[in-house]
Amino acid sequence: MHPALSVVFLTTLIGVGQGLFLALFSSQSYTIVNILPAQPGSYYALGGLIALAFLVAGLIASVFHLGRPERAWRAASKWRTSWLSREVIALPLVMALVFVYAVVNWLELDADLYGWGLPGQVALTVGSLGVAATLALFLCTGMIYAAIRFLQEWATPLTVVNYFLLGSASGFAFAAAYAAALAPGMVEFYAGWAIVLTLAACATRIASLVRNARLKRVSNLQTAIGVRHPQVQQQAMGFMGGSYNTREYFHGRSLVFMKSVKWIFLVLVFPVPVLLLWAGLALDSGALLWLAFVVQYVGLLFERWFFFAQANHPQNLYYQVVG
Amino acid sequence: MTQLALVIDLNVCVGCHACVTSCKQWNTSGEAGPLFDDNPYQADPTGTFFNRVQTYEVGEFPCTETVHFPKSCLHCEEPPCVPVCPTGASYKRKEDGIVLVDYDKCIGCKYCSWACPYGARELDEYQKVMKKCTLCVDRIYDLSIPEDRRKPACVISCPTSARLYGDIHDPNSVVSRAIMASGGYQLMPEWGTKPANHYLPRRRTQMTIRADELVRADNPLKKEDIRHDTSKDVTLDDWLM
Amino acid sequence: MTDSQALHEEVRTTTCYMCACRCGIKVHLKNGEVRFIEGNPDHPLNQGVLCAKGSSGIMKQYSPARLTKPLRRKQGADRGAGEFEEISWDEAFAILEERLGKIRSTDPKQFALFTGRDQMQALTGLFARQYGTPNYAAHGGFCSVNMAAGLIYTIGGSFWEFGGPDLDRAKLFVMIGTAEDHHSNPLKIALAEFKRNGGRFISINPVRTGYSAIADEWVPIKPGTDGALILALIHEIIKQGLYDRDFLVQYSNSAELVNMDPRSPEYGMFVRFEVPPEEGCFDPQNKLWWDREMDRPVSTMTPGVEPRLLGEFTLPDGTPVKTAFELLKERVAAYTPEWAAGITGIPVETIVRLAHEMGVTARDQKIELPIAWTDVWENEHQTVTGNPVAFHAMRGMAAHSNGFHSIRALGILMSILGTIDRPGGFRHKAPFPRPIPPCPKTPKGPEGVQPDTPLNGMPLGWPADPDDLFVDDDGNPVRIDKAFSWEYPLSVHGLMHNVITNAWRGDPYKIDTLLIFMANMAWNSTMNAVEVRKMLNDKEEDGSYKIPFIVVADAFQSEMTAFADLVLPDTTYLERHDAMSMLDRPISEFDGPVDSVRIPVLPPTGECKPFQEVLIELGSRLKLPAFVDKEGKRKYRDYPDFIVNFETAPNSGIGFLAGWRGKGGEKSMKGEPNPNQWQMYEKNNCVFQYHLPKSYQYMRNWNQGYLQWAQSHGMTRHVEPINIHIYSEVLQKFRLAAQGKGAGRRPPEHLRKRIETYFDPLPFYYEPLEASLSDKHQYPLNAVTQRPMAMYHSWDSQNAWLRQIHTYNYLYVNPKTAAAAGISDDDWIWVESQWGKVRCMARLTEAVEPGTVWTWNAIGKAAGAWNLDPKANESKQGFLLNHLISEELPANEAGEHISNSDPVTGQAAWYDVRVRIYKADPNDPPETSPQFAPVPPAPGTPSRRTWQNYFAGRFTKGGGK
Ligand SMILES: Nc1nc2c(c(=O)[nH]1)N[C@H]1C(S)=C(S)[C@@H](COP(=O)(O)OP(=O)(O)OC[C@H]3O[C@@H](n4cnc5c(=O)[nH]c(N)nc54)[C@H](O)[C@@H]3O)O[C@H]1N2
Ligand SMILES: Nc1nc2c(c(=O)[nH]1)N[C@H]1C(S)=C(S)[C@@H](COP(=O)(O)OP(=O)(O)OC[C@H]3O[C@@H](n4cnc5c(=O)[nH]c(N)nc54)[C@H](O)[C@@H]3O)O[C@H]1N2
Ligand code: SF4
Ligand code: SF4
Ligand code: SF4
Ligand code: SF4
Ligand code: SF4
Ligand SMILES: [Mo]
Repeated sequence: MHPALSVVFLTTLIGVGQGLFLALFSSQSYTIVNILPAQPGSYYALGGLIALAFLVAGLIASVFHLGRPERAWRAASKWRTSWLSREVIALPLVMALVFVYAVVNWLELDADLYGWGLPGQVALTVGSLGVAATLALFLCTGMIYAAIRFLQEWATPLTVVNYFLLGSASGFAFAAAYAAALAPGMVEFYAGWAIVLTLAACATRIASLVRNARLKRVSNLQTAIGVRHPQVQQQAMGFMGGSYNTREYFHGRSLVFMKSVKWIFLVLVFPVPVLLLWAGLALDSGALLWLAFVVQYVGLLFERWFFFAQANHPQNLYYQVVG
Repeated sequence: MTQLALVIDLNVCVGCHACVTSCKQWNTSGEAGPLFDDNPYQADPTGTFFNRVQTYEVGEFPCTETVHFPKSCLHCEEPPCVPVCPTGASYKRKEDGIVLVDYDKCIGCKYCSWACPYGARELDEYQKVMKKCTLCVDRIYDLSIPEDRRKPACVISCPTSARLYGDIHDPNSVVSRAIMASGGYQLMPEWGTKPANHYLPRRRTQMTIRADELVRADNPLKKEDIRHDTSKDVTLDDWLM
Repeated sequence: MTDSQALHEEVRTTTCYMCACRCGIKVHLKNGEVRFIEGNPDHPLNQGVLCAKGSSGIMKQYSPARLTKPLRRKQGADRGAGEFEEISWDEAFAILEERLGKIRSTDPKQFALFTGRDQMQALTGLFARQYGTPNYAAHGGFCSVNMAAGLIYTIGGSFWEFGGPDLDRAKLFVMIGTAEDHHSNPLKIALAEFKRNGGRFISINPVRTGYSAIADEWVPIKPGTDGALILALIHEIIKQGLYDRDFLVQYSNSAELVNMDPRSPEYGMFVRFEVPPEEGCFDPQNKLWWDREMDRPVSTMTPGVEPRLLGEFTLPDGTPVKTAFELLKERVAAYTPEWAAGITGIPVETIVRLAHEMGVTARDQKIELPIAWTDVWENEHQTVTGNPVAFHAMRGMAAHSNGFHSIRALGILMSILGTIDRPGGFRHKAPFPRPIPPCPKTPKGPEGVQPDTPLNGMPLGWPADPDDLFVDDDGNPVRIDKAFSWEYPLSVHGLMHNVITNAWRGDPYKIDTLLIFMANMAWNSTMNAVEVRKMLNDKEEDGSYKIPFIVVADAFQSEMTAFADLVLPDTTYLERHDAMSMLDRPISEFDGPVDSVRIPVLPPTGECKPFQEVLIELGSRLKLPAFVDKEGKRKYRDYPDFIVNFETAPNSGIGFLAGWRGKGGEKSMKGEPNPNQWQMYEKNNCVFQYHLPKSYQYMRNWNQGYLQWAQSHGMTRHVEPINIHIYSEVLQKFRLAAQGKGAGRRPPEHLRKRIETYFDPLPFYYEPLEASLSDKHQYPLNAVTQRPMAMYHSWDSQNAWLRQIHTYNYLYVNPKTAAAAGISDDDWIWVESQWGKVRCMARLTEAVEPGTVWTWNAIGKAAGAWNLDPKANESKQGFLLNHLISEELPANEAGEHISNSDPVTGQAAWYDVRVRIYKADPNDPPETSPQFAPVPPAPGTPSRRTWQNYFAGRFTKGGGK
């Protein structure tokens, strides 16, 4: 596929937003049971708003992907069948819940909803809904790709898992840096989880790379044109100056370029951030944590580019040769 | 239920591209149009076409087959492009099985085209909506067109009648009979999309001549028997009584 | 649902001219602009289908390459630079009238009119003849004259537009060297039907594209060797006795006795029993057979006599004789399948099997139709029979310098299989069959060309013997292209490909004005394009042009228009009246004559004027007799008026159109002018079709009913049999002249050997001339071109839709050949012949014979031509093979400037060129070479859109609804 920058940014930015929200929520729930030090509501509120900003930025990026953004509202209608439609519903839902979460924390609204006698029940309630929505959003985003059966590189649960783990990792990394400035007591929690998530993502992402490297193509030229003969070769695709089929589905890059992108993301997304997070913790350096996030995010841009570029659409079988 | 479709006979398709440009001219000025052309007179001209004719080579010289292969939307019976559309712009008509795009609803997200394994959809870069073969819905039901011409533009133009059109659910239709008779097949059956369009394979006519058929009793060479002049030498005829 | 009414408000019928096939079309207009062009289902030719080009007519109509103003070359600008200023038609006519008037009253041959792939040779030919210049021809000489001459001199008809394979009834169809041909849609319709009916289709071609793709068997052959293959097939068929003896005896000269006395002045001629009482262009019936029963000579066609087909005999006067078929048998004796295999690259078994398939199918699957007919000898036949083996061949055979003899061999193969004008075989199309050779003749010497006088003869004709040549007393050519001279005696279509070179060199003389209509002679229809472009712009020492004045009549800004001093903008086919006349090459069907017209569906663009109108206007101004009345006043208001009222001779009743003649349109073929003729054509789909009665539809060479009908309808002069020339006396007459026998003209000394060699009365195989004159080790490959089905010559790169299909071209190479040269897919390579080299891109393909490389014809363009952006792929990646092909052979014993053509017919030998290929230097720019300085858009051409959304005549953005 030809990676569209809009989609690369959309998926990575909302990933950070979702991950950040998960980080905030999880840390807040830990504080309730006193595993982590309590923080003022404004801490979560600001964090929530930042998560929202990532989500909005993602949404804006997505608009560039649409030919007719003014009709984007129509996209919600086919949620019964379309993961894209579901995403279109889930994304604003997440945004709304994150926003409410921020407001609740900002206003420090609270009530003993469940009779536990503990503080933060309202925030927790809104947050849980937000988490559900966030997980749903991860699922939708992942499934948009995983659901296309014949895009074999994508059609695996690993796609959903990767979206979840990579988004979460980057969100936790951001949270670590954020906390370094506002709530140093939380840093270790975020950074620790960021490292864990990054390592997990590393495992699953590598698993998907290995899987993709071993893929056996279901379709081939023979099934594409229905001629059973070991030697079939395209001579002409029917036009010479390119078409949507050649522009949308081919990245037009060399193998070397692809390999470099792969190694760049493998380095930038996994070992470097882990080291930086570890160093940031060890040296108590917010700057290093920031760096960890930025490096990982940049790495994720490469990762996402690669994710799209690597997918070999079966339609490409029909567009091999200009002649 | 009706499922309209094209059946393309690779046994007679000569790759002339008539179906390509007749489709373009009908549709650019029709319901589905206009279909843009970019750089029409510059480098790398490109544009929206609903139908393309490709060429493949099979085998190694001298046992080479050249296969011309026209391809447009196959109007799948289980079209993966439809359920993925978030807006409902892509839909499959109940009444005749044609898969269409409602340009007024389409947001140009391209998702349907990703979900088509055949590369049958093209985003119009100017209207920013998804386009594809409509099976010429604006011809085939147009009662002002004489009945025998009430067929897709590509079908009426095809000089070899390699493009048959009809209802594949009606076992007596031309298309069904052709599929039955000539072993019609679908593209990439492995995805279960059940394309309505079918292709008829190459069929080879051969001739066998058995050795004893080569020479016949009335071989004209026999009429050219050389007659010899009377022999002037002495022969047995002069002696035997 | 659609507002269908709005989509096709108005439908008009006319005739397509996206190519020379001439299909019937229905043009749907919306608000006066084209919305849709469809094939006319009521048209006999295309029966409703329409090809890729026809379906792209809209983009031709609105092309930015359209010329819309008469143009004059800017003072001081070089030819080829494309610098023009607009002038008015009045000025243009004034210039032409003055110039052409002066030439006509001094030396009319200084005006040369050559036309390309047009369909109005009846009118252009008439104009030239009336003007009095011998220097006229159309594209035939550089196209396929070998096909026309080779078959017409053998069977009285030919493939091309004159006849074709009867695929309705054939069982075996053998297509040789055909990629697309003129009868594009009808052939496709028939081929598909043939295959559906279970027919077996064999294609003989070095390349497998298009039609060959759907062949049941592809027989790859080395270019230029078909003659060898066919002679071997004849060998095998005769050897097995698979020929149709009865057919040969009755309908060919096979059994006729040839004088074998080398001392006789009649050596190699048929023995005649009396001097022909009446001379005409037909074979008198005064030759001899050898009676098989009585063992003595008898006159041919003696009732009840069965002649010997083979054998040598001695006539009572002691003259040794042989039957023509005996001579053929002896000729092919050495042409064994083993011999041919080595030359053609086709395995022996395949050759033998092909011969058997042909012979057995012809013999065992006979067709018998219950159609009674009478032959010219008054024999009544209850049935029409046929042998269902059909052939088709075109330029793959024609465009070689040995094509004439290969094609004659093909004619003979078809004849010995008994397939001439019979069901399932070859069928004629009116006005064919014609006598062998047909009657028209050119003047016989320079005295035929006189100031202010029409030419005394036709500009093109059919020589029957050396006395019919158009040469002066020294045997030198009268025509600028040297047609009908001893160099190319049977050049019945002229040699357009040598006109520019000859005129530039002044050999045989200089001319003043060259008028080119509808031919891109600075590019794809010229050989040696780079040099020819220089010649067009070359000057004498005094600074005047070597070719003083060049006029180009074209509808588009081609490569050629840039070299004009005066450009005359023609209309498109949708904007003009046209007549596809029986006097030219009509679109007849097997079952009778068909002609057709164009009727404008759109008004002319800008100041475009139909070239027909230009000729009528010029003819009237120059007072050419056919165009003015006795007082010298203009006779015809305009072209439509001319078409209605012109008659070939006063009250001949024969005009350009055969349909709806007679006062009220009640007559066909012949009849007084009908003032409403155009309306009647218009009402009838712009086509006139005459169905001959069934009994006249077959065996027309010998069909009394048909020949009488043809005679009474002005199509032929004689009701005489047109017997097949297995053995060609016409050729023998030239050979005798070269041998110094007979009383007639003799070839000049340096051409004696050439004439003696190539005017062999029986077909023979020789290596194409260029190959025999070049180093085949240095240039081991043959290079040929193919017609792409979706492009017509150079016309269609201006077409926004078609150029997306063929934007540029590759050189196609067999992977083994490529590997040997270290070439891989998409590499930039050089193709080099002894004449020049071209840089292009390689594409590997298994569908080509390893000794051949090929490319699509005429996709490459000169920068800026056709109003394409100078960076367009056509000029950056596309290339023209013509740069590698020379219009003249290396100096040889026949002379220094001998055309690269068939020595018999002057047919351009496009496909003889030998090349080698090698990788381009990686430092070479990735673009084709040679490059040409870009020409600017000509004044008046529409501007080039950078994108377009065409919707029924509008170029809108967004939705068109
Ligand atoms: N290498 C190679 N060269 C070849 C051949 C080959 O096979 N290989 N084939 C040869 C053959 S067979 C032929 S016939 C020639 C053809 O060669 P040409 O006769 O030169 O054909 P075109 O290139 O189409 O050029 C014809 C001209 O007609 C113009 N034209 C088109 N429509 C109209 C119209 O309506 N009115 C007027 N006035 N002009 C119009 C076009 O703009 C163009 O300039 O090429 C020959 N050249
Ligand atoms: N679409 C389209 N149609 C056209 C034209 C066009 O430009 N475009 N041009 C028209 C004109 S003017 C003409 S003359 C006709 C020509 O019609 P064709 O004769 O069909 O055209 P060519 O492309 O010259 O085809 C020559 C074929 O002969 C093969 N060949 C070359 N050398 C040999 C050989 O030695 N032996 C054999 N057996 N095969 C050989 C080539 O591979 C090629 O397939 O087409 C007409 N129709
Ligand atoms: S029009 Fe017919 S023959 Fe031509 S490419 Fe299309 S399907 Fe094939
Ligand atoms: S061919 Fe593609 S676009 Fe057409 S119905 Fe099938 S999946 Fe959808
Ligand atoms: S591009 Fe249009 S038709 Fe396709 S999925 Fe998106 S909204 Fe639906
Ligand atoms: S059915 Fe109509 S829209 Fe579809 S390919 Fe044919 S002409 Fe084009
Ligand atoms: S073959 Fe095509 S271009 Fe030629 S006349 Fe027919 S429709 Fe027109
Ligand atoms: Mo031609």
